[in-house]
Amino acid sequence: MVGILQDKDRIFTNLYGLHDWGLEGAKTRGCWNGTRDMLKMGGPWIIDQMKNSGLRGRGGAGFGTGLKWSFMPKEVKDRPHYLVVNADESEPGTCKDREIMRHDPHLLIEGCLIASFAMQAHVCYIYIRGEYVREREVLEEAIKQAYEAKLIGKNNIHGWDFDCYVHHGAGAYICGEETALLESLEGKKGQPRLKPPFPAGAGVYGCPTTVNNVESIAVAGTILRRGAQWFAGFGRPNNTGTKLFCVSGHVNLPCNVEETMSIPFRQLIEDHCGGIRGGWGNLKAVIPGGSSVPMIPAEQCEDLPMDFDALRELKSGLGTAAVIVMDKSTDLVRAIARLSYFYKHESCGQCTPCREGTGWMWRVMERMATGEAEMREIDLLLDVTTQVEGHTICALGDAAAWPIQGLFRHFRHEVEDRITSYRAGKPHVQGATLIAAE
Amino acid sequence: MPIAKVNGKEVEFEPGMTVLQVAEMAGEEIPRFCYHERLSIAGNCRMCLVEVKPGPPKPQASCALPAAEGQEIFTDTPMVQKARKGVMEFLLINHPLDCPICDQGGECDLQDQAMGYGRDATRFVENKRAVEDKYMGPVIKTVMNRCIQCTRCVRFITEVAGVPEIGLISRGEDVEITTYLENAVTSELSGNVNDLCPVGALTHKPWAFNYRPWELKRTESIDVMDALGSAIRVDARGSEVMRVLPRTQEDINEEWLDDKARYACDGLLRQRLDKPYIRENGKLKAATWDEALAAVAAKLSASNAGRIGVIAGDLADAESMKAALDLFRGKLGIASLDCRQDGAQIGGGAREEYLFNATIAGIDEADAILLIGTNPRLEAPVLNARIRRAWVSRGVPVAMIGTAADLTYPVEHLGDTAAAIASLSKSKKGFAEKLKAAKRPMVIVGSGAFAREDGAAILAAAGKFATAIGASWNVLHTAASRVGGLDLGFIPTGGGKSATELASKGGADVLFLMGADEIDLSKSKAFVVYMGTHGDAGAHRADVILPSAAWTEKRGLYVNTEGRVQHGERAVYPKGEAKEDWAIIRALSDRLGATLPYNTQDQLREALYADHSTFAGQGFPPGKSDFKPAFASKTGAGDAPLKSRITDFYMTNPIARASVTMSELSALKSGAKLMAAE
Repeated sequence: MVGILQDKDRIFTNLYGLHDWGLEGAKTRGCWNGTRDMLKMGGPWIIDQMKNSGLRGRGGAGFGTGLKWSFMPKEVKDRPHYLVVNADESEPGTCKDREIMRHDPHLLIEGCLIASFAMQAHVCYIYIRGEYVREREVLEEAIKQAYEAKLIGKNNIHGWDFDCYVHHGAGAYICGEETALLESLEGKKGQPRLKPPFPAGAGVYGCPTTVNNVESIAVAGTILRRGAQWFAGFGRPNNTGTKLFCVSGHVNLPCNVEETMSIPFRQLIEDHCGGIRGGWGNLKAVIPGGSSVPMIPAEQCEDLPMDFDALRELKSGLGTAAVIVMDKSTDLVRAIARLSYFYKHESCGQCTPCREGTGWMWRVMERMATGEAEMREIDLLLDVTTQVEGHTICALGDAAAWPIQGLFRHFRHEVEDRITSYRAGKPHVQGATLIAAE
Repeated sequence: MPIAKVNGKEVEFEPGMTVLQVAEMAGEEIPRFCYHERLSIAGNCRMCLVEVKPGPPKPQASCALPAAEGQEIFTDTPMVQKARKGVMEFLLINHPLDCPICDQGGECDLQDQAMGYGRDATRFVENKRAVEDKYMGPVIKTVMNRCIQCTRCVRFITEVAGVPEIGLISRGEDVEITTYLENAVTSELSGNVNDLCPVGALTHKPWAFNYRPWELKRTESIDVMDALGSAIRVDARGSEVMRVLPRTQEDINEEWLDDKARYACDGLLRQRLDKPYIRENGKLKAATWDEALAAVAAKLSASNAGRIGVIAGDLADAESMKAALDLFRGKLGIASLDCRQDGAQIGGGAREEYLFNATIAGIDEADAILLIGTNPRLEAPVLNARIRRAWVSRGVPVAMIGTAADLTYPVEHLGDTAAAIASLSKSKKGFAEKLKAAKRPMVIVGSGAFAREDGAAILAAAGKFATAIGASWNVLHTAASRVGGLDLGFIPTGGGKSATELASKGGADVLFLMGADEIDLSKSKAFVVYMGTHGDAGAHRADVILPSAAWTEKRGLYVNTEGRVQHGERAVYPKGEAKEDWAIIRALSDRLGATLPYNTQDQLREALYADHSTFAGQGFPPGKSDFKPAFASKTGAGDAPLKSRITDFYMTNPIARASVTMSELSALKSGAKLMAAE
């Protein structure tokens, strides 16, 4: 058997787009089946089921989805409730939501209806990343199909008036931060808001809002259909369910795959990705959850269960489960320097530590990558990362600091070696630096 | 009230306060750049981080965090220290080291806080960021390398001034503050962003490189450019007024000041009358005080009291008007004295008839506002900002009768002419309904309604309407001297002529102008004595010029539109041979053999308090918001539109007209001068 998860337990049965993504195809795969009955059980029941399933938000932070839903006001007062789906998937390495949106869009739309009903929202916005043009087209078409089939819309067959709108972003990473997303959705500049108030108190247009990741919403229908206990049966306690892993980098077969949570890293790679390029012994390091989490070295990866808690113990994180595998040919310093450039480029510039710190960190990293930096700058750089981390409005500052901290936690000697060789007249040979050395 | 602990000390606070406010109550100083009490909270500078328990294990921005019962706030832990030092280092890495040539030097928040939280040496070895300077108009000088992106200017212009023309463009370390397409800011309050800027990015362009703040002598005084009597601080070096800044006065200007009040001070150095002149053979010739006073005394003695008129201008202080009254009416028996050179048909009745009864601060409680014949944006921009806030924060409906104008907030335009008052009183829908439902409605009447021939009729209609709906009666004057003049009774008595009549053809044989420059004397053939400060319209027409002191050069009492009596103080001495106005009149009285019974200004003030008790009660607004005006008029109102008297905000008085900055602003506004981007 390949992997742990059996085909019968897969939620995203059309992940690879081999079948019809449209309404008919989705229905044959079980989507929209019994939705009306689920809604009949009432909002509190749905939220309870979500809590029991142990589903943790799939957008990166891993906050309990059912718990998040329960933060919404119990009754609709003077302000309407909103559901906002965060489809601004921009984390480098992550490519799971786009597959859901273009190959299984009806799972998402059904999830939107269920979540909106549970939180008494009549309107749902799906904020989709600017670069996702085909995905948007498919999603819009699917929504149209659902409207035509009276699955959603006014006076639909489910008895809950529900409108679903797709909002196309402009391609800013920061708009994946939930409050920046809300600002952007309102037509303003995408800059994170101060919290509190949290979106459940004052979100889009100042109304109670829940912002969820695409995957968190898309699995809701199947969880309710098959029962919370079924979903909770996968993985370790507190890290339950199935999860889409996006494995990229130096594996033989990079892929998206749905697996159970807590699958050992080695099994994930060997079973689904054809192993590490050049064999297991060639593995150097892994960024296990998208570019913003610290990397872990090969020796910690052997029996590593891929879930939130296990990775947290290693001072990393599951993030979006975008596994970036790096073999021994990788210039880790250069790789992290490139990530630093990404965060410098995507900082919104609103708050001081991130605006000033990301650029500083990137510039030092660039010199580290060539070896031109001073040895003492390593500690300076680490000090700067701690000055950014935790002092910013949103988590982008943390996300910029962590990859660098991860690099130095495990591979400080590499940087030191590089600086020493540069000093000794043996510069690190890669690209342009060759010219400098001549 | 809930209780929180600040560094172990218990503090009671009102619900809704932020952690920063609670910490300040406990006596802890919290450093900040972006936070400002009167602007919305941005929380972006991250300088005010504190540790809060219970809470996440990282420092929190105290400016934005609501305080809670039982909260423990720590402002001096290692975590907080590290956070603040870190933020300070980040702010400084891209900040240029140009403090020695920076106009903010000495009053710079960044400098001050760097002393407390900065490192002794830089660890940043990369190149500093360079940002292009932006054009923002004649009063805002930009050095954008210094900007720390606190967005105070953006928030002020958007929220308080109501012209969202400044913004933050780009992102990350490339963010830049700019005006849209680098156009000039069109707000009358634009100078305030220079005050708000915590660094030297936005500084006062008219005063660039003119002074260091520690060289200046500070004098607390009162603004006279409009009738609000805003609290100001006049900073002078030697004999020169270098700048005018607002002081905090919650009931009037809070801490804002309009551009005219702030930047017209360069007009105090130009076109000044510094010695007496006498016109001989059609040409003004310099003379001695002796000759000038003798010439005036001779002319006055030779003329019939009924053919002499005295007109007080917009900037006259109460003491000089009192002295003029005592001499011209009391001693010489002249009946034609008038302080209303704009021809306003107001005064003479109850004091409340011409006061802003609900008070300026009362706007914060008003729940419906009707403007009649006034454009507060031009007549009192600071007051306009308060009306705007009433609309922004509480959605107070505002309507106007008069020529439509952009007031920076939505205004329901009910009509151009006085007829709209009548139709509003008959109406039962729309704004009439809102007025009826309001508990504290305000009617604000401006000089556009009463400074005209049918002014009395319009006042009668407006007063009747205000009484009928139970609204407070508020008159918004445009001249700093006006309420004081009306309080003194500086209006024609016993068959005397009004200013308009005096200025007409054959209206008077001798006219004594006390800084009255805004009255048209082209038809008059009178012998004109001009006592004033600037070589403006009055001086050009004058036969004798008596140079006097500008408002920064003398002590003086001014009564603002609320009826609040306030002191102006002397910051510098009068220019050249110029003398204080009251002293000139006192000297003239000597020449006329009708010596006034006071030798010092204090004696004059005593006489003033004795004769007019309202002047003795100073510093408070006496208005009655439940006052019911009872104007009477035999004639009806005409159908000319109620148009604000002020067409060019920047050119309303002799000081402003002599100011280079004001003429630039005026040219920009009128389109005579094109902006950089055009």
